[in-house]
Amino acid sequence: MIVFDKPKSLTDTPFHYCPGCTHGIVHRLVAEAIDEFGIEGKTIGVAPVGCAVLAYNYFACDMVEAAHGRAPAVATGLKRALPDRVIFTYQGDGDLASIGMAETVHAATRNENITIIFINNAIYGMTGGQMAPTSLPGQVTQTSPYGRDVKTAGYPVKICEILSQLDGPTYLERVAVNNVKNVRNAKKAIRKAFQNQIEGKGFSLIEVISTCPTNWGMTPEKALAWVDEKMIPYYPLGVYTDRSAERGEEEK
Amino acid sequence: MAKLTFKTDLCKGCGLCVSVCPKKILRLAKEKINLKGYSPVEITDQAACIACAFCATMCPDCIITVEK
Repeated sequence: MIVFDKPKSLTDTPFHYCPGCTHGIVHRLVAEAIDEFGIEGKTIGVAPVGCAVLAYNYFACDMVEAAHGRAPAVATGLKRALPDRVIFTYQGDGDLASIGMAETVHAATRNENITIIFINNAIYGMTGGQMAPTSLPGQVTQTSPYGRDVKTAGYPVKICEILSQLDGPTYLERVAVNNVKNVRNAKKAIRKAFQNQIEGKGFSLIEVISTCPTNWGMTPEKALAWVDEKMIPYYPLGVYTDRSAERGEEEK
Repeated sequence: MAKLTFKTDLCKGCGLCVSVCPKKILRLAKEKINLKGYSPVEITDQAACIACAFCATMCPDCIITVEK
């Protein structure tokens, strides 16, 4: 009996991600959720700009590539034109929290019936490790070699906290994928985000605290420990907004 | 009986599976090199595997299949 295998909603294309990058884990969790709901044939994903730009090679559903940061806007259009499809976006912190901040906040406040998977690894991975809006105070990156100075670079952007101030979004949760327990919690959160959309409840965003061993300059194992030591204290895990019980079909 | 199979040529040798194995029966085979140029994971004691799938849960490249 097979206990664990690669989900069917992932193609056979090998991931291009660096060794130990947790993008692969999150891809798998999304694919598992698609498999479990049996929605592979009617799901459309929106790929971002960033390390996950090639996500359309990996998911075995229809995929669209959005301009940098505009995935929630593209997803809005897809969902309104094709309301019977399940639309998800998969975005990094440079895409969602920096250039795409406006699209993110407005999609959330409109309570668009879409699912957003947001990867927060506190750095710009694809471009070579520059400071991101989510980089921690004091964090050393290519563009903050003496550590992020909050006097000039400001403080990190906390997406779940910001969006939880709005009346729009249905479900906001922050999870991590740095150990087995957290991965399982992340899977539940991602399932819930898809379920909300299938039931017409509205906007769900799951922020996943992820790692970037290459640009953090750590071994993959140390990067997981760094998430526990530094990231999670600054970005507390948990459910930030849950209006899924009070919303239903009549909302959309 | 628990059985692990690896798509060895897709392994990137990150070692996340090794770090979470409760039975400590996984290792990176330093003396081997796979098609990607990494030292791939291998199991040292198949009989000791309890099919907990922790390794497969943490594997970012989905190379592990767990059977029981």
